[in-house]
Amino acid sequence: MSSPTLIEREVKKEIQELETVTIRFAGDSGDGMQLTGTQFTNTTALVGNDLSTLPDFPAEIRAPAGTLPGVSGFQVSFSRRDIRTPGDEPDVLVAMNPAALKVNLPDLTPGGLLILNLDAFTDINLKKAGYTSNPTEDGALAAYRVFKIPVTSVNRSALKEIELPSKEIDRCKNFWALGLMYWLYDRPLAPTLKWIESKFSRIPEVAKANALALRAGYAYGDMSELFHTHYRVRKAMIEPGKYRNITGNEATALGFIAASKLAGRPLFYASYPITPASDILHELARHKNFGVKTFQAEDEIAAMTAAIGAAFAGDLGLTGTSGPGLALKSEGLGLAVMTELPVVVIDVQRGGPSTGLPTKTEQADLLQAVYGRNSECPLPVLAPATPGDCFHMAIEAFRIAVKYMTPVIYLSDGYLGNGAEPWRIPDVGHLPKIDVRFRTDPEGFWPYLRDERTLARPWAIPGTPGLEHRIGGLEKQNVKGNVSYDPDNHELMIRLRAEKVARIAEDIPEAEIFGEDHGKLLVVGWGGTHGAITSAVERMQQRGVPVSSVHLRYLNPFPRNLGAVLSGFEKIVVAELNLGQLALMLRARFLLDAISFSKMKGKPFKIVELTRKMEEVLES
Amino acid sequence: MERPTSLQAQAPSLTRKDFVSDQDVRWCPGCGDYAILAQVQKVMPELGIPKENIVFVSGIGCSSRFPYYMNTYGFHSIHGRAPGIATGIKASNPALSVWVITGDGDGLSIGGNHLIHALRRNVDLKIILFNNRIYGLTKGQYSPTSEFGKKTKSTPMGSIDNPIHPLCVALAAEATFVARSVDRHTEHLAATIERAARHQGSAFVEVFQNCNIFNDGAFDAFLEKPVRDDRTVVLAHGKPLIFGKERDKGIRLRGTELEVVQIGEGINEADLLVHNEHADSPNLAYMIARMEYPGYPVPLGVLRDVRKPTYEALLEGQIRTAVQRSGEGSLEALLNTGETWLID
Ligand code: SF4
Repeated sequence: MSSPTLIEREVKKEIQELETVTIRFAGDSGDGMQLTGTQFTNTTALVGNDLSTLPDFPAEIRAPAGTLPGVSGFQVSFSRRDIRTPGDEPDVLVAMNPAALKVNLPDLTPGGLLILNLDAFTDINLKKAGYTSNPTEDGALAAYRVFKIPVTSVNRSALKEIELPSKEIDRCKNFWALGLMYWLYDRPLAPTLKWIESKFSRIPEVAKANALALRAGYAYGDMSELFHTHYRVRKAMIEPGKYRNITGNEATALGFIAASKLAGRPLFYASYPITPASDILHELARHKNFGVKTFQAEDEIAAMTAAIGAAFAGDLGLTGTSGPGLALKSEGLGLAVMTELPVVVIDVQRGGPSTGLPTKTEQADLLQAVYGRNSECPLPVLAPATPGDCFHMAIEAFRIAVKYMTPVIYLSDGYLGNGAEPWRIPDVGHLPKIDVRFRTDPEGFWPYLRDERTLARPWAIPGTPGLEHRIGGLEKQNVKGNVSYDPDNHELMIRLRAEKVARIAEDIPEAEIFGEDHGKLLVVGWGGTHGAITSAVERMQQRGVPVSSVHLRYLNPFPRNLGAVLSGFEKIVVAELNLGQLALMLRARFLLDAISFSKMKGKPFKIVELTRKMEEVLES
Repeated sequence: MERPTSLQAQAPSLTRKDFVSDQDVRWCPGCGDYAILAQVQKVMPELGIPKENIVFVSGIGCSSRFPYYMNTYGFHSIHGRAPGIATGIKASNPALSVWVITGDGDGLSIGGNHLIHALRRNVDLKIILFNNRIYGLTKGQYSPTSEFGKKTKSTPMGSIDNPIHPLCVALAAEATFVARSVDRHTEHLAATIERAARHQGSAFVEVFQNCNIFNDGAFDAFLEKPVRDDRTVVLAHGKPLIFGKERDKGIRLRGTELEVVQIGEGINEADLLVHNEHADSPNLAYMIARMEYPGYPVPLGVLRDVRKPTYEALLEGQIRTAVQRSGEGSLEALLNTGETWLID
């Protein structure tokens, strides 16, 4: 065995330790970049790094191959430290075609690693991407460490023994690239090999081809003269425990199943398919053995009203959607407020208005959630802060809904929903209980007789003898629940409904300050921006700049100490992915001169954008 | 697909009065809604269902006030959405008898989408659509069932909309039970409601209902006593379609059309179309549904009555199957699925 490759193999390759690495895989939507990114993520999680991901894919299912709109990307940041964001800028870009290079190059850190599939840089592909000259030859990439690899052809030659059509062979090239990245970042092949085996168990030839491509990519890194160094990112020092990888949408689905278990009531999930919330429907539909009933409704309105019907009948009524769907559910939400039934509405926010940017993230449904209904129609609004937090806030949503007999809106977003992070699996025994008490005693029963403390009305479900009663959207007579047009009664009921929601403030955690509890600058955020804001504030603190932050997971009502927290600071910056909706609410509520920091690009905040804003505010 | 036994529970023998709520009925005096309410209240005790297991759901409109007058569980919801609410109720608790009360505007205009989807899914709902061919509660605009050219407050020069046909909509959605009755035909109405109640699956009943305020006499042309036997045909399963005061006219299938024939002139009963409620295909029912006055007698009675699995039974069946296959869900196991790792 004296093949030249073996001689090359003896060239000892250097291994360099890194703290944090951010890689972006980019290619055509047909190139399997989401799969590649997910596999890299799962393996990286198993290695014990902390990580955070940002999938970025086009709204079109199959945009024309090779074009700019067809580019699909997946960014993953992994570290030996505790990290909270998928990284501002990739250190490494894997671009499978010219369009992917064109779209993603502006984000790559100067001096970053650029791995290109040279075979894809044909005249026709260059033209489709709008290049007039070939960037791999014209010096346009001089600022980067470029590895030009003919991925298509080296993959073909590695797979020459495989008896599959050449189209199928070429489809394996993402595994080849993944194998190379595994070598470059010193990750094991075993988890992906295992996945390939089970995924393609029915088509063994495809399984064999993908496995071979993966190994070939790995071996290429090891043997080719191109690479002298590979890298290692050690296990992260994070809280001890048992971990798994989870996306926000998965955690949301699991959280609602947990809520159903904790309440001892079946979950009824009604939904109309909509990006980026559909994965919740898919996930819940897989768990019917938990008694979960999923109902794909004919439209958003039917999904809303079916969830209300289910709540009336005693199930945990849940519906899920995104911004446009929430707009359609408004009237139903009003009915749920009027009939005081415990339904939960998930809104996985996306870029808007109207159809907007279906696959991109945004936080601009806050005012719609808090105020977007006719008349005075208050309801609690919660927002998970991280993918893993989606699990806990889902339970919290039903705890509040059931205890206070009120609809609740749960505001996730596309970034949380599709983004993944390692998640410490909670101890089931430590999850909160959801106390469901149906009214059964006809003695002294009135449909709107309220609990003195919570102001909740009784949950009296059909099938209970002696409690037959009628509810509906017309104004209710206090206590008795009959239709009432009495002016004083109307005002009383309006105030009672508002007071009921306001009192929830006493039953939710206080806002926690990250940093000192007084000072020059406080950054306020909510929902999915937690990672970026906290990391940015931490970075400032490490530089010795006294900045604090507060992150809201309860938007209505606000935590009871929020006013006191805000009053401890000279300046308040409200950072959110909208044009200042929380800022507007805080100004109105606390009469404070909050500075709004907005971003509306369909993308999460970068840490550096936030630190820059903090510097600017501190200097002014 | 048996109905859960609790529905037929050993209900104490109830009377009509048990189903009358303490609310004053607020329809206009003389409104056809009173007659429908009276028949529903009369039929209820005969079903043997404990009243706590009965839920009436409605949308918005004059007819949608109905649940307030029934001493059962009730939900007066929002415009057009009663089928959605009712589907949620039935799917959550299939042991309940769930009724939807709707109107031509509520069920066929703003709520048309929900109606067809509830029917096609065969959710075991009893849907009664009060068709008065007008918007009553909003004081007299034309409705989706108003005739072409109808002059109303919103169509002073006459409506230029073609009307929609409730029975055809229900049949097109392949509803498993489709019938029509009339507010003032008390016996026929009661019998039709009772059959709908006993049907397993979604049942759709159109009731011609007179709005004496905004559309008085809308159906008089064929329902007035002196003409009604000649201008309507009462359907009976297994029987030929015969009508007329003298029972001397019939309906015959000729090619792909129905035609009115005079019995006797070389035509006898054997030549007539025999009504088959249980036909698998809704095609003939559809042709019958399309018969309108003038030209044809207006059909009354049950057009279709077939058995199919109900939505809620299939849903529960899938849950049972899932439990059989993977065991009752364990939260612990669910949270620990997939690749996990320990950090210490
Ligand atoms: S307006 Fe017409 S339908 Fe409405 S209650 Fe009066 S008579 Fe009946």
